[in-house]
Amino acid sequence: MSDQTQPAERASSPLAETVQMFLKNHAAVVALVVLTCIVIGAVVGPFVYPNDPFDMVWAPFSPPGEEGYIFGTDYLGRDLAAMIVHGAQVSLTIGLAAAFMSVFIGITIGALAGFYRGWVEEVLMRFTEFFQVLPTLLFSMVIVALFGASLVTVTIAIGAVSWTAVARITRAEFLRIRELEYVMASRSAGAGNLKLMFGVILPNAAPPIIVQAALMVGTAILFEAGLSFLGLTDPNVVSWGQIIGSNRQYILDAQWTVTIPGLAIFVTVLAISLVGDGLNDALNPKLRQR
Amino acid sequence: MPLLSVQNLRVELKTRDGIFPVIDDVSFTLDEGENLAIVGESGCGKSMTALALMGLVPHPVGRLAAGQILFADEDLAQANETRMRSLRGNEISMIFQEPMTSLNPVYTVGEQIAEVLRRHQGLGDKAAWAQAVDLLDAVGIPNARTRAEAYPHQMSGGQRQRVMIAIALACRPKILIADEPTTALDVTVQAQIFDLLHELREQTGTAMILITHDMGVVAEMAERMIVMYAGRRVEDGPVADVIATPRHPYTRGLISCVPHLTETLTDERPQLTEIPGIVPSLKTFGQDNCLFAERCAHASDQCQSGRPQDVVMGTQRVACWHAETIA
Repeated sequence: MSDQTQPAERASSPLAETVQMFLKNHAAVVALVVLTCIVIGAVVGPFVYPNDPFDMVWAPFSPPGEEGYIFGTDYLGRDLAAMIVHGAQVSLTIGLAAAFMSVFIGITIGALAGFYRGWVEEVLMRFTEFFQVLPTLLFSMVIVALFGASLVTVTIAIGAVSWTAVARITRAEFLRIRELEYVMASRSAGAGNLKLMFGVILPNAAPPIIVQAALMVGTAILFEAGLSFLGLTDPNVVSWGQIIGSNRQYILDAQWTVTIPGLAIFVTVLAISLVGDGLNDALNPKLRQR
Repeated sequence: MPLLSVQNLRVELKTRDGIFPVIDDVSFTLDEGENLAIVGESGCGKSMTALALMGLVPHPVGRLAAGQILFADEDLAQANETRMRSLRGNEISMIFQEPMTSLNPVYTVGEQIAEVLRRHQGLGDKAAWAQAVDLLDAVGIPNARTRAEAYPHQMSGGQRQRVMIAIALACRPKILIADEPTTALDVTVQAQIFDLLHELREQTGTAMILITHDMGVVAEMAERMIVMYAGRRVEDGPVADVIATPRHPYTRGLISCVPHLTETLTDERPQLTEIPGIVPSLKTFGQDNCLFAERCAHASDQCQSGRPQDVVMGTQRVACWHAETIA
């Protein structure tokens, strides 16, 4: 029969195709390797440096390499390597948690707005715009200042200011996809609104949201660094921004105390961005021909 | 008693210029196992009729304003969303015009069939999958077991429409609505799909509402037909009678557009005629006159002054002021 000329080969799933496309982007693969190393370092590191990173271990301002302290010590004689490793865990956790939170809020609001349209959309999008016009750093500073500086409040503060982009992307994708025929076909097969929103439309809207979420982890880490540089972070927990912030007065005498955590932030955020970029290429069928 | 009885259905669309009836006082019945065709040009309200039966009139632009849709003593026009959801895909199914876009690209076709079975028949994962494979086999997909794991983009248009049919018939519905099921397919595949629909209908006894603009398809597939124009039913009757003696000028126009229905090959063929003009805009729908008048060769003052009433002529019903005189 003429409509059955296709070979009955084993179907390759969209996931497999995406992985293939991702592997073609060398920068993204390298970045993924780097990122994996950073994550492993953050997980394993505290076992290598089991002591409290706030402990004074050697003379202040020892340059890197001295007495076996590979990153040297800071102005209070604390081991910088231990602080970086412990800080990595905090920075990555806050980055992931804040990104997760903003993706969760963003998808919920964007999906409801894009699916139901009408007054629901009006209300939710005005709400989103309200958050969008708030100066983000100022608003998160207010949250941290009001509710106290702990990891949870910092995470919430970052999440609360960065979900708007996800909400808008999700809404835009929902507006496009809800008009497609397969949504009507699913509806005519008895699918309910929840199923349509999260079982039919959302999986098709996922690629740009996934990319945005990946990039958001990077932004959240930067944001956390910014807040803790300003001292708005849990003083009992090391984070990269906090190391930079507390050593900033000594940048001329002991530039490594600022440079090394700065580099850590830079490399991590760059790696995340490159991975996000690679995901974008891999998930966007229009770019696949490149 | 008919399986489905639609009484005085009226669906209104809200536009910038006001509210207009896209379906205006349409009534028809469908018997068990019967094959009914709804015919008309684009924009005549055929697809909207189908959506109204499914309870899927686009909200909030459209509204089911009046009328009854009686399905087994239950008025679907009054049924709530939960009830309609349990009917859709279960008792009443629909297949769409565009097989290329009516399957969800992120799930395998087997999963999409299995999902309907799980939802309506409460089957477990394994049972639903096994039945999905059987259904794919029944709609003529070769190697159903492996092809069930294929994604829609790995299938041809004809195969996808077969999958759509498998989804629609998965729960053995009483009514299958086919909205131009082959318009997007090429001719040889069209024939295969119609053969398949024929065959499956014979096996399952499903009644079918076939929406089309193709008179050839009607002649081949349906037993009874309704001709719609500008949201109104202008003629209905058994397909053979309507094609042999079309009473409404619009029906005649539609039939004379198609070559092989009226002439055999040996006859000297007259030139194919077209119906002059286009379907009027939605703005004029619902006026108290004959909406076909401006395209009609037989139009008179009477046609402009009032909406024609149904005239029964043998087995046919016609809404035309001049039905008797022009016959």
